[in-house]
Amino acid sequence: MAPPAQSQRSPSPSQPSGKGEVSDLKMQLRQLAGSRAPGTDDSKRELFKKAISYMTIGIDVSSLFSEMVMCSATSDIVLKKMCYLYVGNYAKYNPDLALLTINFLQKDCKDEDPMIRGLALRSLCSLRVANLVEYLVGPLGLGLKDGNSYVRTVATMGVLKLYHISAATCIDADFPATLKHLMLNDPDAQVVANCLSALQEIWSLEASTSEEASREREALLSKPIIYCLLNRIKEFSEWAQCIVLELVAKYVPSDGNEIFDMMNLLEDRLQHANGAVVLATIKLFLQLTLSMTDVHQQVYERIKAPLLTLVSSGSSEQSYAVLSHLHLLVMRAPILFSSDYKHFYCQYNEPFYVKKLKLEMLTAVANESNTYEIVTELCEYAANVDIPIARESIRAVGKIALQQYDVNAIVDRLLQFLEMEKDYVTAETLVLVKDLLRKYPQWSHDCIAVVGNISSKNVQEPKAKAALIWMLGEYAQDMQDAPYILESLIDNWDDEHSAEVRLHLLTAVMKCFLRRPPETQKALGAALAAGLADFHQDVHDRALFYYRLLQHNVSVAERVVNPPKQAVSVFADTQSSEIKDRIFDEFNSLSVVYQTPSYMFIDKEHRGPFAFSEELENLSIGVESANVASAQRVEANDKDLLLSTSEKEETRGPSSNGSAYSAPSYDSSSASLIASQAPSELIPSNQSLQAHAPQASLAIDDLLGLGLPVAPNPAPSPPPLTLNAKAVLEPNAFQQKWRQLPISVSQEYSINPQGVAALTTPQALLQHMQGHFIHCIASGGQAPNFKFFFFAQKAEESSTFLVECIINSSSCKVQIKIKADDQSTSQAFSDLFQSALSKFGMP
Amino acid sequence: MISQFFVLSQRGDNIVFRDYRGDVQKGSAEIFFRKVKFWKEDGEEEAPPVFNVDGVNYFHVKVVGLLFVATTRTNVSPSLVLELLQRIARVIKDYLGVLNEDSLRKNFVLMYELLDEVIDFGYVQTTSTEVLKSYVFNEPILVDAARLPTLGPAAIFMQGTKRMPGTAVTKSVIANEPGGRKREEIFVDIIEKISITFSSSGYILTSEIDGTIQMKSYLSGNPEIRLAFNEDLSIGRGRGSIYDYSSSGSGAVILDDCNFHESVRLDSFDTDRTLSLVPPDGEFPVMNYRMTQEFKPPFRINTLIEEAGPLKAEVILKIHAEFSSSITANTIVVQMPLPTYTTRVSFELEPGAVGQMTDFKESNKRLEWGLKKIVGGSEHTLRAKLTFSQESHGNITKEAGPVSMTFTIPMYNASKLQVKYLQIAKKSKTYNPYRWVRYVTQANSYVARI
Repeated sequence: MAPPAQSQRSPSPSQPSGKGEVSDLKMQLRQLAGSRAPGTDDSKRELFKKAISYMTIGIDVSSLFSEMVMCSATSDIVLKKMCYLYVGNYAKYNPDLALLTINFLQKDCKDEDPMIRGLALRSLCSLRVANLVEYLVGPLGLGLKDGNSYVRTVATMGVLKLYHISAATCIDADFPATLKHLMLNDPDAQVVANCLSALQEIWSLEASTSEEASREREALLSKPIIYCLLNRIKEFSEWAQCIVLELVAKYVPSDGNEIFDMMNLLEDRLQHANGAVVLATIKLFLQLTLSMTDVHQQVYERIKAPLLTLVSSGSSEQSYAVLSHLHLLVMRAPILFSSDYKHFYCQYNEPFYVKKLKLEMLTAVANESNTYEIVTELCEYAANVDIPIARESIRAVGKIALQQYDVNAIVDRLLQFLEMEKDYVTAETLVLVKDLLRKYPQWSHDCIAVVGNISSKNVQEPKAKAALIWMLGEYAQDMQDAPYILESLIDNWDDEHSAEVRLHLLTAVMKCFLRRPPETQKALGAALAAGLADFHQDVHDRALFYYRLLQHNVSVAERVVNPPKQAVSVFADTQSSEIKDRIFDEFNSLSVVYQTPSYMFIDKEHRGPFAFSEELENLSIGVESANVASAQRVEANDKDLLLSTSEKEETRGPSSNGSAYSAPSYDSSSASLIASQAPSELIPSNQSLQAHAPQASLAIDDLLGLGLPVAPNPAPSPPPLTLNAKAVLEPNAFQQKWRQLPISVSQEYSINPQGVAALTTPQALLQHMQGHFIHCIASGGQAPNFKFFFFAQKAEESSTFLVECIINSSSCKVQIKIKADDQSTSQAFSDLFQSALSKFGMP
Repeated sequence: MISQFFVLSQRGDNIVFRDYRGDVQKGSAEIFFRKVKFWKEDGEEEAPPVFNVDGVNYFHVKVVGLLFVATTRTNVSPSLVLELLQRIARVIKDYLGVLNEDSLRKNFVLMYELLDEVIDFGYVQTTSTEVLKSYVFNEPILVDAARLPTLGPAAIFMQGTKRMPGTAVTKSVIANEPGGRKREEIFVDIIEKISITFSSSGYILTSEIDGTIQMKSYLSGNPEIRLAFNEDLSIGRGRGSIYDYSSSGSGAVILDDCNFHESVRLDSFDTDRTLSLVPPDGEFPVMNYRMTQEFKPPFRINTLIEEAGPLKAEVILKIHAEFSSSITANTIVVQMPLPTYTTRVSFELEPGAVGQMTDFKESNKRLEWGLKKIVGGSEHTLRAKLTFSQESHGNITKEAGPVSMTFTIPMYNASKLQVKYLQIAKKSKTYNPYRWVRYVTQANSYVARI
């Protein structure tokens, strides 16, 4: 122990201003630098400690650099470590001074103590100074061959650091090859794991410029490497296991046996106390079994218990991370969890973010058999003192009601909420009752009776007020006081701050007027006058619109404002299923916690080693989107997928025509008739058309595969086309080309049923096409729709063909789109492609 | 991989700050702290453990009031990072014996040394105290555990949250005893957290026990250890063993599920319910388990609310300890939210009550009743007279409650899981290290609706 006297003072450095203390320190260090007196090391330790403590609290102590380096000529390892830490922190900003340290670090790299060799090597690589890389290569090379595993683990990470300082130096020294060798052969598991991490990073960064690197990156997923790692899985530390499992999850096994072998091997990982290991294993199991429905379901059953145990065993932060994943699974397959609903009950001391997830799960798993219990439980929370949770619970009850289980009883409960006379409960309930009435107009009688008793003075929240006003307008017939309540609300027009409420007020008073003109006339006049004078543009416009409409013709106004409505059958889901599938593909990552696909929150340069290819192959990892049209919509939605914006424009052109044809009978008034069904706002008619048009048309367009300008000039007599058997194309390059090139051939034809029969998995076709020198870069889908991206290169030049191919196995139809560097040969290639495809499945 | 790791004090001061990759700006700690302190998003008042600000992902866990934070720009596994943060805290505790702001500040150089070995360039290298021992050279400067109120006034809070209570062992795994040689001993703690919800009529609506067997070994030379459990223990409901037939119903202990530490070997678990392991240095959970099998709750809570005039009501709380009289529960706190229009509460304890305190928390309208001790088999009653500022709407029960309770019961476990024996592979005849097997049960969420 070395508890020097000063330690009494050091623990709470009272945030010194810096300057004076630093120059003091400098003086003292200088005095000690040359001293060989006994006890010098202890005093040095104290001074170093001080310097580092200043560094921690953000005081710039870089001016001590030379003194620190001078003092570090010592055999005391603790001192050395402190010095390394200091140097590592400041070298980047003082490259000239950093040069001073090279000498002693290099010397230490040859020390006989492996600890010192490792430490020195680590510090050397952490300097992050570009013009010093020449000094790194030698020690790193030695470090990778060191007999001590500690030094090798440090060296493997050192290679990665070097790569980030100077990629060229790292590649030129052929370090990646050395790492690959170590990864397959080193006896120490941590060295292997570090090699894997480093190689994943290096090759995926290199892949954008080098085809070799992208091949190497793919090779990490090859059978020998995967097996080599899996066979040693238990030697790895729990953290390294996570890295390996994450890699294996991307491997595509060749057959079912392989899948079962892997699952049997890793089964016991599900009992690991470390949640990260368990989740990585679960991801692997889920990915492996995507195409095996029965087994996939068994996997769900198997992972339930371990997940629940993890949720309740760790700290609340850890359990949140696990619970987010459980939430994802529950949302995907609520039926499989419907008997486990009690696990999703909230505990009073859980943080809000946990409770919220649980409420969502409770909503999802509700079905005929458990709705009564779940709603009873939710009603307890609604009465709770925890207001945010009470609100969420009421919303949850409403959502369950909209799912159509036991509506009768739920409506009763909601109405009881209104009797609780708590403002926030009333507010949330009103919003829900409104939604319920839109779906189940048959309940209006019961609801309106209760809602009519609510004093509008007790409702302050804009959303709730808007809901109440909507009901007043919609059910003006059944509510005795409706005109008078509206009138009093209009009297307070100026005090109403929410534009949403004022908009609703206008619409409601219009509806009321059309039903009960004599009683409402005065209120309507006042509302229109107030609306016209309103400073809010939308309110003003709507008032003016109503005014003109009434002026024009009252019966038209009736048709616009108060048309007969159909009950809403399904409320739009906030998140598309494509987005959800993407999040599922990114299981065991932040995407699940944020409930957002990674491309929306991670910068491009930080998307993990395989993220990019995942993006390209968003289908190939086994998205369950059964229909291709929807899969294509994802692409249209995503900002940087295969279709470029210009191309989207192109597809949209003909399509908006199409939708104009599909809805020819709507004149503008009837269009707004549809729009007015949305109770929240009167959407201008053209806007609603716009909202629907591109989506629908895109789907239609893509399904037909027509309507796109086909490149005109198929050469009359194309020269015979031969393809390069060893064509390579980096996914990045593929994406870029796909974006740049126009479509030169777009065709649809049938393939023979034998071919379709052979298409049990996409892999079969891939191999077949490869035999014809047409290579697949991405594939996916499930019966009956499969989608592939192929590419091929001409044998004699580097001209490339890109193909998007969609096969419907039930109709035996194929759609292809071809893009080519050299458009004159694209027709020839198309013929070649078709003939290759037609041979698929033939004996 | 992670970019930075830092520890912040409650006030937001950097205690330790380590940048591993240099791709996140230096001011991240400040950005983080401000975000957490003033968190207000979609109605939440508490920042979730993971969030994203301008492309940087921030992870944090709270340990004894300190914030352990990691940042990254990549899409990493959140479980991995949160687990790692918790693990770093544990390693530090192993080294320092006591984990708190003071001990961290005194040992920040050691912290840096540890952090350099735990993570390299953002990749986890090891979190095993055992392995780290050979790379780390700074000696821990120990703070006096007795002098420090580790659990202090925050103790009540700490029990409420899910964080396992620090076992009473506040001795560094690394540092030597003042006497020179280390005492050979091993601690095995069976810690159970109970969650129960009683309906208003006293039925158990849901119940769960979450248990951990925590081990901390100070044995030299890493001998192998065998832990034997009750023979009637079985794991996995529905896949119970055939022997269940004879003992079904009454005595058998059936765990829903459990998981184990890496070092645990289960070779003979199926035949004789024993685990064998070579415990690494430091504190670690041997096994986590979860049980939803019915069990006898340690306390029964009875609540009665009676109106007593237009602006008055009386609450009667009764707690009955259902465990044996040889056992004593301590630090019991009973809480109950009262109607928001409650203005005054006067309490009436039973005659001769000792070590009890009552309070009406004006700010959140909450009744609190604290008891230092409850002996098994006894019953305690509290009467509270409420005064309201307005007339109640007829149903006070809808405006108040539920009653919740926190407690600690040493030497008691509700699951009946037992460590029958703890065997240490003998090095010599005279080798007889101290073995401590301790049970403790705590309330996690113990709620009675009214």
